[in-house]
Amino acid sequence: MKTRAECVVIGGGVIGTAIAYYLARAGLTDCVVLESSYLASGATGRCGGGIRQQWSTEANTKLAIESVKAFRGLEEELERDIEFLQGGYLVLAYTDDDVEQFEKNVTLQRGLGLDVETLSPSEITSRVVPHLNTDGVRMATYCADDASANPFLTTQAYADAARRLGVEIELFTPVRRILTEGGRVTGVETSRGTISAPIVVNAAGSHSIPLARTAGVELPIAPYRREILVTEPLERFFHPMIISFSFGIYFRQVKHGAVIGGFGDPDEPPGFNETSSLGFLTTMSRKLAHLMPRLRSVKIVRQWAGLYDITPDAQPILGEVDEVGGFFQANGFSGHGFMIAPKVAMLVAQDVRGETPDLDIERLHPRRFAGGKITQDRSVV
Amino acid sequence: MRDDVVICRCEDVTYGDIVRAISGGLSTTEEIKRILRCGMGPCQGRTCSRLIARIIASETGATIDDVEFPVVRPPTMPVEIGVMADEHHED
Repeated sequence: MKTRAECVVIGGGVIGTAIAYYLARAGLTDCVVLESSYLASGATGRCGGGIRQQWSTEANTKLAIESVKAFRGLEEELERDIEFLQGGYLVLAYTDDDVEQFEKNVTLQRGLGLDVETLSPSEITSRVVPHLNTDGVRMATYCADDASANPFLTTQAYADAARRLGVEIELFTPVRRILTEGGRVTGVETSRGTISAPIVVNAAGSHSIPLARTAGVELPIAPYRREILVTEPLERFFHPMIISFSFGIYFRQVKHGAVIGGFGDPDEPPGFNETSSLGFLTTMSRKLAHLMPRLRSVKIVRQWAGLYDITPDAQPILGEVDEVGGFFQANGFSGHGFMIAPKVAMLVAQDVRGETPDLDIERLHPRRFAGGKITQDRSVV
Repeated sequence: MRDDVVICRCEDVTYGDIVRAISGGLSTTEEIKRILRCGMGPCQGRTCSRLIARIIASETGATIDDVEFPVVRPPTMPVEIGVMADEHHED
C-alpha cells in the first residue's frame, strides 16, 4: 500500500470508484481508494439498481438527466456489460397530494428537457404494464427513458477502469481516522498504516458520519435501514420500475428475470441496523400481491437490508468543507446515489482538481444547512 | 478439473468462470457471488458455496478454514409471495 498519494478516496462503492475513475481520466492518477470490506459491500450493492430522472427538485433532476446520458455510453467507455436497460419508470399517484405534487414535478421535469408523460389508469394497463392492478390509482407519470443497471457490475467496471489508469484500490482496509493539521487534511490512518494526502474524499455512505467526526466535521446525515427482497427469475413480463411514494413501494424485473423491490418503513428509527425482518417480508409480499396478483405464486429467494444516508433535504452533500481544507464530501445520497453516480462523480472530480464544475453544485455544498433555506425533494421512496 | 464443469447449477456458473474471476482479483465468496451470481439462485449457495471456497483455497494458497462462506440470508427456503402475503404478522 502507498504511504503517500495526491488523493485518497474513502469508500469502494459506486460513488468512490467513479470519482477515482474520473479523477484518473483527467490525469490525477496518483489516487488510492480505501474500502473497509469488498467493492459495493455497502449501500451500492444493496440497492435496487433503478435509474430515475423523475425528481421534484431541479438539482436532483439535472443530476439524474446528465447521469442517464453518461450511463448510456458507460458500457463502451468502461469496456464491461453493466446490464444497463432503459425500461422506464412508472410512478403511481394514489392521493390528492400525489396528483398535485406530480403536476408540479412534470412541469419542472419537462422544463429541464425530460420526456415524461401522464397516464390514466386505463392507459397504464393498455400501454405500459398490462398485469398491474390499478385499484385506487388516480394517475401515473411515466418516463420511458428512465433506466436500471446492475450496481455490482457498475462498481466493478469503474474500479477496473480506474485501476487500468493507475489508481490503487485497497480492499479490506478500513479507515480509522482522518488526519488534519492547522485546518487542513493531511491524510488518513487505516488498519494497515497511514497514507499522507493533501486531498481526502469522504464517499463512505452512512459511515461518512463517524469518519467526518474524526476530523471535527459534523455531517447532517442520519442512517436509516431500508429492506429489499428478490424472487426467483421469471420470463420478462414488465419493463419499467414501478414505484409509489404514498403506497410505499418500488419494484422492477432485472435483466436476469427476477423481481426485486422494497419499501421504506416510515417508522424505522435511525441507526446502523442492517438486519432483515419478518415484518418486511410479509408487508412487502402483501404489497406485491396487491399490485401484481400474478406474483402470488412466485417464490422469494432472498431478502437483505442496507442503509440510506438521509440528509434534511434528501439531496447529497458535495464539496470541500469550510472547516477542513482539502476534505471533500460525497455522501448523504438519501437512497438515490447509484442513479446519479456518474454525473456526481464527474462534478466532484472537477471540484477536487480545482476546476469549476460544469453543473452548479454550490446548492449541494455542506454549508447550505447552516441557517439557509433548504428545498426538500419529495420524490424519495 | 475441466473448465466447463458446472459448479453453481442454479445459475450455470462453471469452474472456469470462477478460476478466471479469482485470477481477475476477486478473493472472497461474497465478491464471486456478486459478480458471477453463484449462490443467488433457488438453493442460495447450499450446493456451491463449499465448492467455491475450496477453489478459492486452492487458487490462492489459503487453507479452507481461512475462506469465509457467504452470509446466509432469509428466507432460508424459497417461499411464495402469496403465502407470505396471507401471513398475519404481529410486530
